[in-house]
Parts: sequence; C-alpha cells; structure tokens
Amino acid sequence: MNFSEVFKQSNQLCKVSPDGKYLATCVQYRLVVRDFNSLQIVHLYTCLDQVMHMEWSSDSLFILCAMYKRGLVQVWSLEQPDWHCKIDEGSIGLVSSRWSPDGRHVLNTTEFNLRVTVWSLCTKAVSYIKYPKACQKGVDFTADGRYMALAERRECKDYISVFVCDDWHLLRHFESETQDLAGLEWSPNCCVLAVWDNCLEYKILLYSLDGRLLSSYSAYEWSLGIKSVTWSPSSQFLAVGSYDEKVRILNHITWKKITEFEHPTTIINTKAVVFKEVEKRPVVGSEDLSIHQLTVDNSLFSTQSKYEITQLPAQVPVIKPDPDRANPKIGISALAFSADNRFLATKNDNMPQSLWVWDMLRLSLLAVLEQTAPVRCFVWDPHRPRLALCTGNTKVYLWSPAGCVSVNVPVEGSFQVQSLFWHCSGSSLVLLSKEHICLCYVEPSLASLLMKDMMPR
Amino acid sequence: MRHHVGHVWFRQALIMGSAFSFVFCTDTKELSSISGISMSPSRQNSHHSLHSTMALPKTSYSVLSAFCTEENISQCIAYINQVHYKGMSLESKSGNLSTVPVLNLLYEVLQLQRRAQRALHELETQQLMNGSDLEHLQHSNCRLKDQLEHTRRENSGLHEGERQLQLKIKTLHNCLKSEKEEVQKLQSIISSRASQYNHDTKRKERECTKLKERLNQLLVDKRDKKLSIEISNYVGRSDGKRGLWKTGKMEARHEGEMYRALLSDYETRQRSLMMENSELKKVLQHMKKDMIAILSPKKPCVQPEPADDSLEQAGSEGEEETGDCSRESLEQSCERAREQLTKSIRLQWRKLKSHVERLDSQASLVACQEREGDEMMSRKEHEDEMQRMRLDLQQCKEFIHMQQQLLQQQLSSPCDEETAALLNDCYTLEEKERLKEEWRLFSEQKRNFERERKNFTEAAIRLGHERKAFEEDRAAWLKTQFSNMTPFVDRKRPALSEPHSALAVSESRLTPHHCYAIHHVQKKGLKCKFHNMK
Repeated sequence: MNFSEVFKQSNQLCKVSPDGKYLATCVQYRLVVRDFNSLQIVHLYTCLDQVMHMEWSSDSLFILCAMYKRGLVQVWSLEQPDWHCKIDEGSIGLVSSRWSPDGRHVLNTTEFNLRVTVWSLCTKAVSYIKYPKACQKGVDFTADGRYMALAERRECKDYISVFVCDDWHLLRHFESETQDLAGLEWSPNCCVLAVWDNCLEYKILLYSLDGRLLSSYSAYEWSLGIKSVTWSPSSQFLAVGSYDEKVRILNHITWKKITEFEHPTTIINTKAVVFKEVEKRPVVGSEDLSIHQLTVDNSLFSTQSKYEITQLPAQVPVIKPDPDRANPKIGISALAFSADNRFLATKNDNMPQSLWVWDMLRLSLLAVLEQTAPVRCFVWDPHRPRLALCTGNTKVYLWSPAGCVSVNVPVEGSFQVQSLFWHCSGSSLVLLSKEHICLCYVEPSLASLLMKDMMPR
Repeated sequence: MRHHVGHVWFRQALIMGSAFSFVFCTDTKELSSISGISMSPSRQNSHHSLHSTMALPKTSYSVLSAFCTEENISQCIAYINQVHYKGMSLESKSGNLSTVPVLNLLYEVLQLQRRAQRALHELETQQLMNGSDLEHLQHSNCRLKDQLEHTRRENSGLHEGERQLQLKIKTLHNCLKSEKEEVQKLQSIISSRASQYNHDTKRKERECTKLKERLNQLLVDKRDKKLSIEISNYVGRSDGKRGLWKTGKMEARHEGEMYRALLSDYETRQRSLMMENSELKKVLQHMKKDMIAILSPKKPCVQPEPADDSLEQAGSEGEEETGDCSRESLEQSCERAREQLTKSIRLQWRKLKSHVERLDSQASLVACQEREGDEMMSRKEHEDEMQRMRLDLQQCKEFIHMQQQLLQQQLSSPCDEETAALLNDCYTLEEKERLKEEWRLFSEQKRNFERERKNFTEAAIRLGHERKAFEEDRAAWLKTQFSNMTPFVDRKRPALSEPHSALAVSESRLTPHHCYAIHHVQKKGLKCKFHNMK
C-alpha cells in the first residue's frame, strides 16, 4: 500500500469527480482541482466566501460551491475555466444546495425550509417547490436520474411529490401514511420508494413509482423506532436498523421480514470471527530520544497495532447511553451493503468500537471488528467485497473475507483519519483528517499485500 | 400413719381372712373327711352380712360341731393354737374347754371377719369405682382419639390450603414482578418519548424564534436583496437535445415512461421468479427420480425381508410416477400438476425416510451382534480419525495465526532499512525480469502478427486483382458467346469487330500475371458456365 503526500483542505470538502479523473478540494475560499493520477493542480478557482458545500455535477464538467452564510452558490466549469456562474438567494438565505442528476440544474433549499428553488443553467427558468420538509433525508433522486422524490409537509400532514427531472414536471403527489416523515430513499432499480417515520414510531412504508402503497412494515410499538435504512444494490433487500439494536431485513417480493440481526453483548456464534485490535507500544530506549528522532520519526510515538482473533464466546464492550437525552446513542446508526450484495456492515451506537459484518448468503454473522477507539467511518469498495474503516487515529483498517489488516498512515506529524472514501475504481482510498487529505493506493487483493512491500513512498 | 397402720392391718386382716377361709376350706374338707358331714353352701350370716364370692363357710353350729366333737377337742385346740397368730392359746383343761378364751377367740375371729368383710366391701366399692373410672377413661380416650383424628385431618386440610395459598402467592409475586417490569419499561419508553418530544419542541421553538427575528429584520430592512443568477453564458443540456415545452402530450409521455419503467421492472422480476421456479421444479423432479431409483428393487438379494414390500410398493409407485412425469412436464404451470408433484415428492421422501430408518436400526442391530473386538476396532478407528482431524484443525489454526502475524509484520514498516531496501530491490528486480520476459514475448507475437497481417493484405490484394481480371474475362467470354449464338452472322460481322477489338484492348491491358489467372479461370470456372448456358 502506498501513500501520497498530504494536501490541505477545509471543512472535510474533498470529492472525486464521478468519472474518477479529478480530485477537488476546498481550502477556505479556494477550490483546487487536481488530476487524480498525477495529483498536479489542474485548475484553481476563487470563491467569494468560505465554501461550506462542494459537489461535482454528474458529468464531471461542473463543480458547485455553496456559501451558506452569504446565501451564494458559485458554479465553476472545468472545460472553460473563465466561465462563471453565481446564484444569489437574496435575503431569503440558503440552507443546502445540490445538483440535479442531469448536471444542469441547481436545487437550493432556502432558510427555514421555506421553499426549494430550482435554477437552470440552460435556460432562464426558475422553479419553486413549496413546503419542503426539513428532515433527515427529505430529497432523493433515482439512480438513473429520472425522478426526484421530495417530502413535503402541509397542514400537519406529510406528502410526497415525485418530479420528473427532465422538465421538473410534477408526476405524482400523494399523502404519506407517516406521522412524521423522517426520510425517503429510492431503491436502486428506481421503482420503489422506501419512506420511514421518525423514531417515535416504527413504521416503514413502501410506495411504488406511481404512488401506490405497496406495503407497510412495523416491528413494534411505542419504543423508539427506526434509526437507519439502506437498500441492497440489487434492490433485493431493505435493511432497517432500529433503536432496539436490531437490523431487520425485508425482502422485495413480499416486503416481509426474512430475518433480523441481533447485536448481543456476548458473541457465542461459532461461525463468526472476532478480530480485536491490539496495540503494541514500541519500546523507547533512552538513546533514541534525540530531537532529530522525535521530529522526523513519528513512528516513535505512533503505536503499531494488529488484529488478533479472539476466542469465542467474546464480550463486546458496551457504553450505556444516557436515558434522559433525546436521540440516545443506542441502536443501529449506520448500515452499508457491499457492492456484490454479499455482505452487510452495521454499527451499533452503544457498542461504538465494534463493527459487525454479516453474510447475506447465509444470513448470519460473519465477523466482528473490535477497535481501540469508536469507529468513525466505514465504506465498502465500489467493486470488491472490501471494507475500509477509520477510528480517528493514525491508522486505516481494511477488512475482506480473507482477513483483516491495520495500516499506519506514514505521514510526518500525525494524520488522524477522520473520514475516508473510495475512488470509484476501487484502487485507492482518500483519507481525510481535520485539515488535510492523503491518498492511499490499495492493491487489488488483500492477499497480495503479503507479497508486496509495504514501505511508503 | 393411722391410715397406714389401718391399711397394714387391713392387709393383714385380709391375709388372715383369706388364710382363715382357706384353712376353713381345707379344713372343711378335712372336717368333712373327719366328721363326714357335707359342707353346707354359703349361708347368709345376718350378723355379718357378707356378700362375697368367698365360699366362706358360714359359722353355723353344725359346721363347728363337725370340726370339733367331743372326741377331738384337744386336736382342735392344738390345731387352733397352731393356726392362730395371736398369742392367745387355748388351754385344754381336762378335756373341757374354758369358754372365756374360746369366746375371746371367737370374738377375735368375728372381729377379723368383720374387718375383712369391711375391707372387702371397701375393695369392692373401690373396684366399682375403678371400673367406672376405667370406663369413663376409655370413653374419654375414645373421644380424644376421635378428636385427635379430627384435628389431624383438619390440620392436613389447613396445610393443604396453606400450600395452595403459598403457590398462589408465588404466582401473584411473579405476576407482580412482571407487571412491575412492564411498568418500568413503559415508564422508560414514556420518558424517552417525552425527552424526544421536548427536544423536538425546543428545536421547533428555536426555529420559530429565528423565523420571527428574520421576519422582523425583513420588515425593518428596507432594501430587499432580490434573488438572482449571474451566468456568463447558458450551458447546453447534458444530453444535447433541445428543451421541450410543457404540454399535455409531455405529461402523457412522462406517465407512459413511468409506467413503462414499472412494467419492465415487474417483467424482469417475474422472469427471474419464473426461472427460479422452473429451476426448483427441475430440482424437485430430479430428487423424485433419485428417490424412486434408490427405493426401487435393484439389489433384491442384499436387502432384508421387511423392506421388500415397501420396495415393491415403491416400484409400483415409481412406474406410476414415471407416467406422471411425462404428463407433468406438459402441464408445468398447471395448479394440479404442481400439487401432484409436491404430493408425490412428499410420499417418496417419507418412504425413503422409513427405509433409511429401517436400515439404520438394522445396522445398529448388526453392530450390536458383532463381537466386542470389532466394535472396539471401529470405535478406535473412529477415535483415530477424530484425533487426526483435530490435529489437522490445530495445524490449520496455527497456520492461519502465523499468516495473520506475517501479514501484520509485512505491513508494519520494518526497522531495518537496509534489508527493506534490499527486499525492495529484489522485488523490483524480480518484477523487472518478469516484465522483460513478457515484453519479449509480446514483441515477438507482435512481429508474428505483423507478418501475418502483411501476408494477408498481399493475398487480399492479389485476390482482388484476380477477381477483377476474372470478371473482365467472364464478361468478354459472355459477350463472345452471345455474339457467336446469333444466327445472323453477316450482320454480326461489323459488330463482332468491336467486341473483338474490345477484347483485344482488354487483352492488351492484361499482364502476363493476369493471363495466367485467366487461363486458370478459364480452365475451371468458365467450363461450368458453359455447361449452364447449355
């Protein structure tokens, strides 16, 4: 595994273009576009204020920079660097901004969620969508970019509007049977919309593209309900994570639960493998403590770690949440399917240092990764069944069915990995610390890591 | 003391009395033997009023006279002296008895008797009293026993009742506990919901105040920043097409597209389900065939008795089933066929199961009947096998551990830079060598390919030329044939010159290479043409 040098960024704004050729980062009010392979700066743009949100258009030709404080959105073109576009929301303010799937419209959500303004870069047309709902996930586009679902709230009732992204024509507008809609998500095959209620009521509704209610599922009453929802890439499964520390899998034919995954404090399942991260502190001799060593060789203070396989039954460290607080830190807050549908990774909030990997073929627990610090971020490789995670320390961890590996980021000074994401080809990882980014080039298979040398460049 | 004395006296009197009576009894016999006078039966002595069973011979003169007669006075006296305890003795003086000691003696005797009778009376009364006491006690004993029994029964009944109540208490305790837990749970739910509501309310309130502030600000603020877009030039659409007006037709088109998307999704899903369905049906069919095959009588000699009838049954069923198979394959989607298939599968499976169970029991029977040594051997083998497998497992585990360690070791930067650099070099060298080899191969292949390509192009060019020549020849030949065929030879003569000339011209244009080709063609191809024309 090789690591690139470190570059600056602010606000964790670093995105790779959808075609994988460019890497865009924001440093305060500047937008820096680099070629991904050579990491040379290709373009440099200057915005009017500190950039809060940055997004590539789907055809990788434009970049959107949103400055919420000033209510401005600036769009930059890669093909024509001197092309400029500035959208000013005026006194109404700006809360969020995003591209439409065709890369030619910008959707701005104004302050207080008063309305969504659709600005067109092709024509002078401006559209308004009233009463959008401010919730966890109120807008979603289909994977093929044809339709957009928007949650609305009028007169204390939830509605869902389906728009055709081509010309923003309102295709369907129907009332949702939720008490307080918390989020909606299209299935990857673009035909089913999953809509779920907020945590006070466990209810997930499935609507067809034309607005018919296909099914409704509720696991239990009264206790806090759904925390996270995700579709499997083939649209076969819908995984629902809830506050009762369980994940329920619904199947796409009957929309009924086929299994539920529990996260017990003691793992007794004999087929599961528990990987425990063990830190080894390097022994420091007195003659090594020279200034030169201290400044240059950061490995003196960074601890090496490796994974050990724990014997079953194994105990999972639990942190009991404060029962009086709202949105307690308990329950399944993050779910992710692997690209080939075979694996599901889950994180239970009251076991923040553990990551659970489930085998979807056998519908059973496959592995549990126990880290030394709470897991901050985990993402699957877009092509292979490989999981990358970080816990806020200087290491990057990789899991695959072959095994588990922990790699120290060999950067001068310490690089605390706060978040990470894969390049669309799956050949490299982009690691983000508080103020910097670093690229990590990963071999196609973890097993080949045994053969190659792991020295950094 | 007096009482005691009296008691003693009473006893003594009793003894005396009894002795007296005994003596009297014996003496009466003696007397009767002596005097030959029969004893008179017990006669009431009015003086003493005895009513005892004691056969005390009544003091009657006749008895005494029987005892003592004129003759045996001295004997009697001696005898009485002998018997009598008190010191008074009778003295016989010259054959006559003085009446005073006799009277005294008599009085003594009478006193004694009286006393004895009194004692007897007392005893009798005492005995009566005792008897009645005893009866009374017996009665009370019975009563108490009954009471005891009764109370015991009551006690056991109460115990039983108590036990049941204890049970009830326990169940109620449990109920109470569960209810308490439920209440606690509900309370925690309520509290979490309440905190959630509060949180939401606070959030909304904060938003509301912000809204109010902004509203105030806007009311105060005169200049209203209008929303605008500044764009250097409008960009073309991503798909390059022109934007279309929103009309009813567009709406219909959108609807159509949406339904088409839905339909295609349903169709793909249905197709996959049908495929899955057919696969499963195929698997079931195979299973059924296999099961029939297993159950059919292939090796009748090996199989034991009880299995035979089932096998026969299976055989007949099998024949029936194969017949069904063909029918089923025809009507695969038919409901009836599906039910039939599942029913037949279930039947076969049950048969197979019973067959296997029977075999199992027979095997265990046979195993039991075998000698101990054999049994031990098989178990020992089994254990050996297990041991071997355990060893293998252990080795595998160790290997995995080692691999994991190696992996980690490789990833963590090695401390020794030299060896690392060396390793690096080694690896790169190895890679370089490999790449060189591959490059060489690749260039070789490329060269071969180029060569072949050149050959092919040359051949293609040649072929092209040959074909052209051939076509020209054919045309010329056809022309000549045509001209030869006309009956009007004269008129043709001038015309003939032209094709001739043409042919000549074309012939002159031909190179020797082409002539060779034509010759070939003429030899082979044209001959066929000539045939066809004929």
